[in-house]
Amino acid sequence: MQRIGVFVCHCGTNIAATVDVKSVAEALGHEPGVVISQDYQYMCSESGQNLVKNAIKEHNLTGVVVCSCSPRMHENTFRKAAASAGLNPYLVEIANIREQCSWIHKDIASATEKAIILGKAAVAKVHLNAPLTAGESPVAKRALVIGGGIAGIQTALDIAEAGFEVDIVEKNPTIGGKMAQIDKTFPTLDCAACILTPKMVEASQNEKITIHSFSEVTDVKGFVGNFTVTIKKKARFVDETKCTGCGLCTEKCPMKKVPNEFNMGLDNRTAIYIPFAQAVPKVATIDPNHCMMLQKGKCGICSSVCSVGAIDYKQEDRFIEQKYGAIVVATGFNPINLDKYDEFAYNQCPDVVTSLELERLMNAAGPNGGTLLRPSDKTHPHKIVFVQCVGSRCDDSKGKPYCSKICCMYTAKHAMLIREKYPDTEVYVFYIDVRTPGKNFDEFYRRAVEQYNVHYIKGMVGKVTPRSDGKIDVQASDLLANEQLHIDADMVVLAAAIEPDKTARPLATMLTTQMDTNDFFTEAHPKLRPVESATAGIFLSGACQGPKDIPETVAQASAAAAKAIGLLVKNSITCNPCVAHSDELMCNGCSSCEKVCPYGAITYEDKEFRMPDRTTAIRRVASVNPAVCQGCGACTVACPSGAMDLNGFSNSQIMAEVDAICK
Amino acid sequence: MQEAMINRAKQLLADGTVNRVIGWKRGEFAYDITPAVFQSAEELDADFVFDDFTSANVSKYLVKESKKEGKILAFLKPCDTYSFNQLTKEHRVVRENVYIIGIPGGPKLDAEKIKAKGITGILGVKNENYTLKIDTIYGEETMPFYEAVLDKCASCKSKKHVVFDELIGEDGDVLESNRFEMVEKLENMTAQERYDFWRDQFSKCIRCNACRNVCPACTCEKCVFDNPNSGVENKAPADSFEENMFHIIRAFHVAGRCTDCGECSRVCPQNIPLHLLNRKFIKDINSLYGEYQAGEDTTSRAPLNDYKQDDCEASIVHERGVE
Repeated sequence: MQRIGVFVCHCGTNIAATVDVKSVAEALGHEPGVVISQDYQYMCSESGQNLVKNAIKEHNLTGVVVCSCSPRMHENTFRKAAASAGLNPYLVEIANIREQCSWIHKDIASATEKAIILGKAAVAKVHLNAPLTAGESPVAKRALVIGGGIAGIQTALDIAEAGFEVDIVEKNPTIGGKMAQIDKTFPTLDCAACILTPKMVEASQNEKITIHSFSEVTDVKGFVGNFTVTIKKKARFVDETKCTGCGLCTEKCPMKKVPNEFNMGLDNRTAIYIPFAQAVPKVATIDPNHCMMLQKGKCGICSSVCSVGAIDYKQEDRFIEQKYGAIVVATGFNPINLDKYDEFAYNQCPDVVTSLELERLMNAAGPNGGTLLRPSDKTHPHKIVFVQCVGSRCDDSKGKPYCSKICCMYTAKHAMLIREKYPDTEVYVFYIDVRTPGKNFDEFYRRAVEQYNVHYIKGMVGKVTPRSDGKIDVQASDLLANEQLHIDADMVVLAAAIEPDKTARPLATMLTTQMDTNDFFTEAHPKLRPVESATAGIFLSGACQGPKDIPETVAQASAAAAKAIGLLVKNSITCNPCVAHSDELMCNGCSSCEKVCPYGAITYEDKEFRMPDRTTAIRRVASVNPAVCQGCGACTVACPSGAMDLNGFSNSQIMAEVDAICK
Repeated sequence: MQEAMINRAKQLLADGTVNRVIGWKRGEFAYDITPAVFQSAEELDADFVFDDFTSANVSKYLVKESKKEGKILAFLKPCDTYSFNQLTKEHRVVRENVYIIGIPGGPKLDAEKIKAKGITGILGVKNENYTLKIDTIYGEETMPFYEAVLDKCASCKSKKHVVFDELIGEDGDVLESNRFEMVEKLENMTAQERYDFWRDQFSKCIRCNACRNVCPACTCEKCVFDNPNSGVENKAPADSFEENMFHIIRAFHVAGRCTDCGECSRVCPQNIPLHLLNRKFIKDINSLYGEYQAGEDTTSRAPLNDYKQDDCEASIVHERGVE
C-alpha cells in the first residue's frame, strides 16, 4: 500500500496570492494513497524541509509530492531532503504550481482548480515511481574551444594554465579573430596587435594547447564529461609540419588579384597566402578557388620555390576524432552585411566604409600602410561623417533589434585618432544616443568631444549621395537644433551592427544548445549562470553570447574557463538514473531506437530466449548503456513496439498523469 | 509461369540451394489462394499454384521462416520485394537465409468484384484478350478483365523488383501511379465530411485483426493490441474503440515503414479502404520530407527516424490542420 505525503508551498505570496493553497492541500489529501497533506509558507526553507523529513519518518512515507516552483529550482533540494530521511530521492515528484500556475493566472478559483489538477497528476505519477540509483561516468580531461579569437584564446590559456589539455578549433587559417583586424583599442588606445599577438604566441607555445587552424567541428556526440567531436581539418594544400612561413611562395604566386579578407577586401592578396605577418600558425594556405594549379592544373610555382617541399596540391580534408570533457563555444561575431542600406550608398561609393574597414585603412599593416586615404582616389579626407546605429536598435527587418554595444566607443576612438593624427580633418558623428557605460568609457567619450572637438550631432543621417566631384553629400537632421543639414563629406563611416557568426547556428544544433531569435547562444540563466549554456558541459565565451567589447569578452572567457576547469577537475560525474531501458520480450530488434539515439547509447545483441513449447530462439534485442544514456526519451517514442521505456518517466507514469488531468 | 516456377523450385531443392519453398496453394475455393510452404518436389507438383488470384504477399512469413534451419526459396512479386526489403532493414528477416526469385506482378483479380457482378460458384478464370472468362458451377460467364482487378493492382506503384537473387520473366520499372487520387479527394473534404466518411467505414469493422495479421509492417514480437492490460486486446467490437482508435493507432504504428503493398485492404472482409490511411501518411511524408519509398533499399535513413536541419518545424501539423 502506498503512503504518500503531499506538501503545498505558499512561496510567500508567489503562489498563495493566486492559489488557495489550503484548499489544494485539503483536496489532495483525499487522493488515493495520500496519508498526509500539508501547506507551509516556504517549503524550501530549512523548517519546510524538516516538515517533509519528519513526515517521511513519522508516516513511513513511500512517496512525496511537493507542490511548489519549477523542478529546475528545488527538485534537488527536496530529493536531498528525502534521501536524508531515508527515502529514495527518486520517489519525490514536484508539481509546478508556480511558473505553470500561479504566475500565469489571475483568477484564484481557476488557478486553485488547476493547482489541484497538477497535484493530482503528480500523485498519480508518484504511485508508479520506482526507487532509482544514480551511477557515475568518467570525465575526459580535455577541453575543446571552438573559435580562436581573443575569447577562445583567453579561455584556452586559462584552462591550459590549470593543467588540462585544450584544443582550439579555428575556421580561418590563423587564430586572432576580429581583434587581429582592429587597429587600436579603447579606452587606452593601445595597439590591438601589441596586446593580442603575445597571447597568440603564448597559445601556440603552450604545450597543453593544440591549435587546429583552418578546421571546423563537423559532428558532436556524447554528453557532459564525455563528448566525442569530429573535427574537419580542411585541406590547405600546404604541409603544416614542413612550412616555415618564410613567405617566398606568397611573393612568387602569379595570381595576385584575390580580394584580401584580412583587409576587408580593400587590397589584394595572392592565391597562396599568409593572412598577416603575426599569423599563428605562420603557415601558408592555398585558396583553391583562385589557385591556377588547383583550378587548371597549370602553374606549380609555389611548389618549385618552396625549399622545404611543403606544397601538396593533392592534400585532402582530414577528419580527426577526439574525446572532450568540456566544450567552450567562442564563435564570435561579424558586422552585418550592408547591401540592403541603399540610403547610405555603401555599395555605390568606395568612400563609404564600415568601421571595421576604417580600422584596416588606419592600420600600419593595412592597404595604405597606416595613412588614412580615401579608397577611391587615395587622397586625404578632410571631412569625415560617422553614422551610428546602422542596423542596430532597428525595428525593421533590415537590421537588428538590439544595441551592438561597441559602436559608440569605437567611433569615439576613431574620431579621436583621426583628430589627433590629422588635425585639419573635421569629424562629425551622428548618433541616436551615446552609450558609454563602463570603466573610463564616458571620460573617453567626453575627451573626444571636449579635447578633440569632434562634432557630435544628435540625429540620423537620412541619405548619403555620392557626387560627381568626388564629394559625398550627407543629408541629416540635427534634432537638438531642429534643422536639416547637408554636409559635403570626403568619407562616410558606417557603424554596422554586429551579428553572431553564421557558423554558430549549425553548431548550436550539433551541440544541442539553445539560441535566441538573433542567433546569440542562450545562457543557462541570464543572471546567475551567464557563461554556461543550458546543455551541461557546454560553456559560452565572448560575443557568441551577446555583443561585447574586448574587456568584457576576456572577463567572460576566463569565467567560461573557470566553469570548464570546475568540470575537468572531477574524476567522475554523477549520472542521471532516469535512463532508457528496453523490455527484451517486446523488442523487435528493428534498430529504430539506435537510429534516433543522439548519444550512441544503444547497441544490439543476439540473445537466446525461451519460447513456447520448450523451444528456444535467438533474437536480436536492444540494450542501453546507462552510463551513456542521457534520458532524452527519443528512443521511447521511436520504438514501434513500445519496448523502450524511460526510468522515472515511464509510459505508464505519463499515462497516469494524463489520466489524472483528464479525469 | 506456374510450370516454370515449379521446375526452377525443384532444381533448387535438388541441388541443395534451398530446403523448402514458400509459395501458394489452393484454399477452399478457386479464388482462395493461400501461402504455403513446400518441402519436396512431390508437394510442389501436387499443390503449388500461381494464377490470377495469387496475390498474397509472402514476405511476412519469412520473419519466422528465415530464422529456421537452412535456406528457403521465396517467390516475390515486385510489391512483395519492397516489403521484404523493409523487413531486412528492420532486421526482422535474415536475408542470407532466403533465396529470392522475382516473379512478375499483377494485375491480380479480386473475387469480390466478380461476385459483385452476381457471378457465383466460381471454379476458375481465364483472361482472353482482357475479357475474363469465368468458369462457374452454373456455366461460363464473362466480364471485362479490368473491372475485376484488385484495387491495389489498379494503382500499382512499381513493377520493379528491388531485391532478388534471380528473376523469372522480366524486371519492370517504377510506375507513375495514381495512388494518391483518393487521398486527395479526402483531403479536399471538409473536416465533417471526412469524419463522416471514416466513421462510416470504421463502423463496419468487426475487429477480426486480419489487417494487422497480414500486414508485413506489423511484425512486433508483442503487439500493443494484444496487451491484456490495455482493455482492448482481441475483443469483440462492443464499444467505439474500433471506430475511434484501432485503425488510426495501427496507421501511426506503421507510418514511415508501410510500403503500400495494399494487403490490409485486400484481406478486409468488410471492404474498409484501410490503405488510404497509410497512403495519407506516405503522401504527407513525401511532401514534408521529400520523396521516400519504404522498402526501396535497406540502408537509407527513414524520414521519421532521421533528423535534418532543414526538416519542417513541428508546427506544420498545426498549420495544415488550420487550412
